[in-house]
Amino acid sequence: MKTYSMGILFCGGLIILAAMMMSQTTRPAAPARATPARTARTGSTAQGGFAASMARGKQVYLQQCLACHQADALGVENMNPSLVKSKYVLGDKTVLVRIVLTGMKGVEIDGDAYHNVMAPHSDLTDQQIADVLTYVRNSFGNKAKAVTAAEVKAIRAKTKLN
Amino acid sequence: MRSLFSSGMKGSTVKTMPYRALFIALCLSVTGLLACAGDGGNGPGKGGGPQKTDPADSGIKVPSGFKATVVAQSLGRTRHLAVTDNGMIYVKLERLKDGKGIVRLKDSGHHGTMDDVMGFGHFGGTGMAIRDGYLYASSDEEVFRYKLDADGNVISPEHPEKIVTGLLQRGEHEAKAITLDYDGNLYVNIGAYSNACQVQDRTKGSPAMNPCPILDSAGGIWKFKAGQPNQTYKDGVRYATGLRNVVGLDWNKSTNSLFVMQHGRDQLSDLFPQYFDTKQSAELPAECMYELHMGSNCGWPYIYYDQIQHKKVLAPEYGGDGKKDGDAKFQDPVAAYPGHLAPNGLLFYTGTMFPERYRNGAFIAFHGSWNRAPEPQKGYFVVFQPFKDGKPSGAWEVFADNFSGSPELTASGRARHRPCGLAQGPDGSLYVTDDSKGTIWKITYNK
Ligand code: HEC
Repeated sequence: MKTYSMGILFCGGLIILAAMMMSQTTRPAAPARATPARTARTGSTAQGGFAASMARGKQVYLQQCLACHQADALGVENMNPSLVKSKYVLGDKTVLVRIVLTGMKGVEIDGDAYHNVMAPHSDLTDQQIADVLTYVRNSFGNKAKAVTAAEVKAIRAKTKLN
Repeated sequence: MRSLFSSGMKGSTVKTMPYRALFIALCLSVTGLLACAGDGGNGPGKGGGPQKTDPADSGIKVPSGFKATVVAQSLGRTRHLAVTDNGMIYVKLERLKDGKGIVRLKDSGHHGTMDDVMGFGHFGGTGMAIRDGYLYASSDEEVFRYKLDADGNVISPEHPEKIVTGLLQRGEHEAKAITLDYDGNLYVNIGAYSNACQVQDRTKGSPAMNPCPILDSAGGIWKFKAGQPNQTYKDGVRYATGLRNVVGLDWNKSTNSLFVMQHGRDQLSDLFPQYFDTKQSAELPAECMYELHMGSNCGWPYIYYDQIQHKKVLAPEYGGDGKKDGDAKFQDPVAAYPGHLAPNGLLFYTGTMFPERYRNGAFIAFHGSWNRAPEPQKGYFVVFQPFKDGKPSGAWEVFADNFSGSPELTASGRARHRPCGLAQGPDGSLYVTDDSKGTIWKITYNK
């Protein structure tokens, strides 16, 4: 059952993504390769900017994610996937936020099966989710745009929580 | 058959459903991400490719008088293994490598090297055992057997007999570890597809289900006839219950009873920070050894065993606080080991090669922890548990160590090797597998 809902979520995410892209056409084009700091300064509603979001995100990571994904985010073979250079971490924000909101189970990643279960973390606030994902996307060798609380809020509103 | 389990794609979803594969493929391709490609899925990380000889493989530390030699490497995710009377090795792979799920190793020239390597069997899995002229092998849903000839060769590698079918496999605790007694019975672990039987698995605040509905079809050991084809749940009996997950298990010939190693529950401090700090959560609960009999109930998910307080403790999901006693009706373990070390192999030693004190004692392969983070990880070793009169007697000791490669690699959990399966050779040597890099060691003793 979970598998279907993951799939539906992914595909739902794509529709939302497409909608977002269309609605953005009136705005000035974003810089092609924004650094995280710049992203934070431009679009971000995160309290206190990028550095503060990273610092808070690290705390959320330590408390909520490290147990499974480990201190170096490389995961545990066969059990919990690596978050380093992961296509989910670096990829579409809607898919990523939804992994945190609704959890993940039984999905093969790059041909490997993971036999643990990621629980939903919908009890985290929009800001906490934005912070932890900003942190993960810009730590452990990853580099990707910050996630804002406003983005998480919008995605949460369109996500069926279990 | 071959085409069903083609090894061409690393992402070949052997155990998964086609629609799942479709969804993944769809979503991956639409988001413009790289789809399944790479090597044969051997060990950790991305794109490892065939592995070269690793000099650290010989770096296993054993007591003086013992010697550990590498007999094979890079075989895939080698799980449990069995050795024939003439020294051939059969080892089960967790996932297919080059389309094969079982590897046979043979020393064709009797020169002490396993030069003849043959793969067969088109299913991944864990269980591997030899009894009464048959090789038994399990996938994550079924148990098969192959008839052996007088020299221990599989007569018909393409046509195993299906002994058990339709066992629950829901991703978590999926391995169907097996062993057999000497009266024609097969024992199969069916792990609970859950950590602690919460409504929402591993989710803080999600209540426990009471009674736990998982236990009717998982979370225990099921007993089947070793020689009867196509058995399902209704043909077997639930031999023992209240066991979260068992990977290491063995029939003890001297007591004529089944011994198992339970993987204890995870995440006490994640789920109940009000009762447990990360240090307690790293040590607790114990990884337990149980001696089972028909009807044994070891208490998961209602209780866990605390090896520091030396008692059964009520699980926090069921009203416990880390101190309240667990119900006395549940069986006590015969031995308890530190938390999260993941006992994946159990073997009662009956050989005569090793010194007398090892005879009828137990070797335990501890795969190594992950749920000790943020505290240092631990394990990645083979332990010896002395026995006397059929009971553990005296402290356990680390017998073979340094599978991780160094204390730092142990602490970080980035172990090079993870011990998994154990078997005894006809000469009394001890074999150990590693399901991370596919190494097999032979440990011998020289007076
Ligand atoms: C109980 C263990 C557990 C915890 C806690 C956990 N995860 Fe996961 N996570 C998993 C597992 C297992 C998967 C893969 C599930 C699958 O393959 O279907 C996963 C998958 C993911 C993925 C997608 C796969 C990838 O490789 O990128 C992301 C992103 C992720 N987790 C982020 C997080 C974040 C952020 C947190 C903390 C808020 C977190 N996880 C907490 C176990 C966990």
